[in-house]
Amino acid sequence: MTLEKLAAMRDAYGDALIELGATNRNVVVLGADTTGSLKSGVFASEFPERMFNFGIAEQNLVSVAAGFALAGKIPFAGTYAIFVPGKCVDQIRNNIAYPNLSVKIVCSHGGISVGPDGASHQQVEDIAIMRSIPKMRVIVPADAVSTKAIVKAVAEIPGPFYIRLTRPSTPVVYEEGFDYRFGEATVVRDGSDVAIFACGIMVAEAVRAADSLKEKGLSAAVVDVHTVKPIDSKTLVSFARKCGRVVTAEEHNIVGGMGSAVAEVLCEERPVPMRRVGVMDTFGESGDAGELLKKYGLTSMHIADEALSLVSSGR
Amino acid sequence: MENAQEVIRLKELARNTRKLILESLAEAGSGHPGGSLSAVELLVTLYFHVMRHEPKDPHWQDRDRFFLSKGHAAPLLYAILAQAGYFPVEELMTLRKLGARLQGHPSMGVPGVEAPAGSEGIGLSLGLGTALAGKMDRRGYRTYVLMGDGEQQEGQVWEAAMAASKYRVDNLTAIIDRNGIQQDGLTEQIMPLEPLAAKWRAFNWNVIEVDGYDFSQLLDGFDLAANTRNRPTVVIAHTVKGKGISFMEWSPHYHGTAPSKEKLSDVLSELK
Repeated sequence: MTLEKLAAMRDAYGDALIELGATNRNVVVLGADTTGSLKSGVFASEFPERMFNFGIAEQNLVSVAAGFALAGKIPFAGTYAIFVPGKCVDQIRNNIAYPNLSVKIVCSHGGISVGPDGASHQQVEDIAIMRSIPKMRVIVPADAVSTKAIVKAVAEIPGPFYIRLTRPSTPVVYEEGFDYRFGEATVVRDGSDVAIFACGIMVAEAVRAADSLKEKGLSAAVVDVHTVKPIDSKTLVSFARKCGRVVTAEEHNIVGGMGSAVAEVLCEERPVPMRRVGVMDTFGESGDAGELLKKYGLTSMHIADEALSLVSSGR
Repeated sequence: MENAQEVIRLKELARNTRKLILESLAEAGSGHPGGSLSAVELLVTLYFHVMRHEPKDPHWQDRDRFFLSKGHAAPLLYAILAQAGYFPVEELMTLRKLGARLQGHPSMGVPGVEAPAGSEGIGLSLGLGTALAGKMDRRGYRTYVLMGDGEQQEGQVWEAAMAASKYRVDNLTAIIDRNGIQQDGLTEQIMPLEPLAAKWRAFNWNVIEVDGYDFSQLLDGFDLAANTRNRPTVVIAHTVKGKGISFMEWSPHYHGTAPSKEKLSDVLSELK
């Protein structure tokens, strides 16, 4: 794993939709004036009669998707994560989750790596919002390869999903043929001194952190907790038990996200010393993605530092 | 209007529907009589004359779909569905009770209920999605959505209105229960809606205005909607909140106050 190759999750999303369109005639794609950006628009070139653009009207987008699902369709609906779920919690809750409909909400521009658009477009609360809604499943893919596998997989799993993608191209973590198993975290690297649980673009950072920790003589496991809900308690507990120390890393507010979900599990099942890397309950700002990730504490260095502090504090 | 016998039948169904609404609300001890009573004739017309549906096979793929957007009128929908044969009429007396299927606002799991409702302003979008799917599959079903007038204040209604005319969904009919009253008072005082018909016309909808208690007008209106091509239709039904019970009519208080069990027999004696 070199992490040198970059690829866009959004391109992978578009590719997956085209493949799904050919194999599943019930798949429809719904957008809200961001279909070019999300790459969902490529679906229209192959299946124009199954692509709908509802303009800048996200609440309608979400509820219409529910209407399609009630009629037996499998809608993939989405826009930027700041708008869905941002503007549509009621619609997601009451139209999709409560009746447990097979709507797949796929949104891009999660996190602060959105960059120069600034805090108004940097969604750092979506994981918390979505995982608090009963019946909703939440997935944060680590790279383009797993994005494609995940999008294709959820089309076949009944019920609602939220999939959060990233705006910039990101390091490719996985080999082609990545095997997504719903409800199971993916062990990226085994280790014994500290377990790093990461999701989204922080998986690549976690791998880099594990490399630097290795140079300092520490064996770090990296687990991709792409499926934040339902969370894979079994794998989390087994690594907490084996390593005795846990660091979580996510491009999301420190409140309510994947780190919180891990803490909820481990507090009850296997309490171990733990640190959470994330956005420290603040809003972002304009800047390049790389600059922002550094300023807001979301790099491999920050992960490694937290791991080292756990070790040096004797915990 | 083809025959007077049919109107007599529908009127009797409306009278019985009001009775069931009031009985179930009194038994429940809470709920929304005003907006249930106002729209009785609208649903009686749809379920007992206009819509193709099969109570013994609620999931029949070619059925016409009805979405209640004003979810607080659940007692009305339940009374209609029970009389149509979707579930036993006796079950109406379990309304709002712990463990019952008949939740305070509609939910999945009740035969005949197409979707949950309760949060205002979102039902038209549901109907739009189902109508678009029906067109895509070349199924002949029609989709009906009953909205309150108060919920016209929700922005999403107009998002859906725009989208429905963009996609020319002529298999979608919206109905507005224009009773003029919302929880806090008169719609025209809380947040004026007029000119309501002109708003819908401006969104490129076919607009039909009817007296919500004149079966002849209702039947003609739904017929006209079904025969209108390339545009969705909205039927604005002029109604009276609390219709049929003197002290509930035009009363914001009875938007969300159930009749007491003690007064029920007096209340029911008002039904003609």
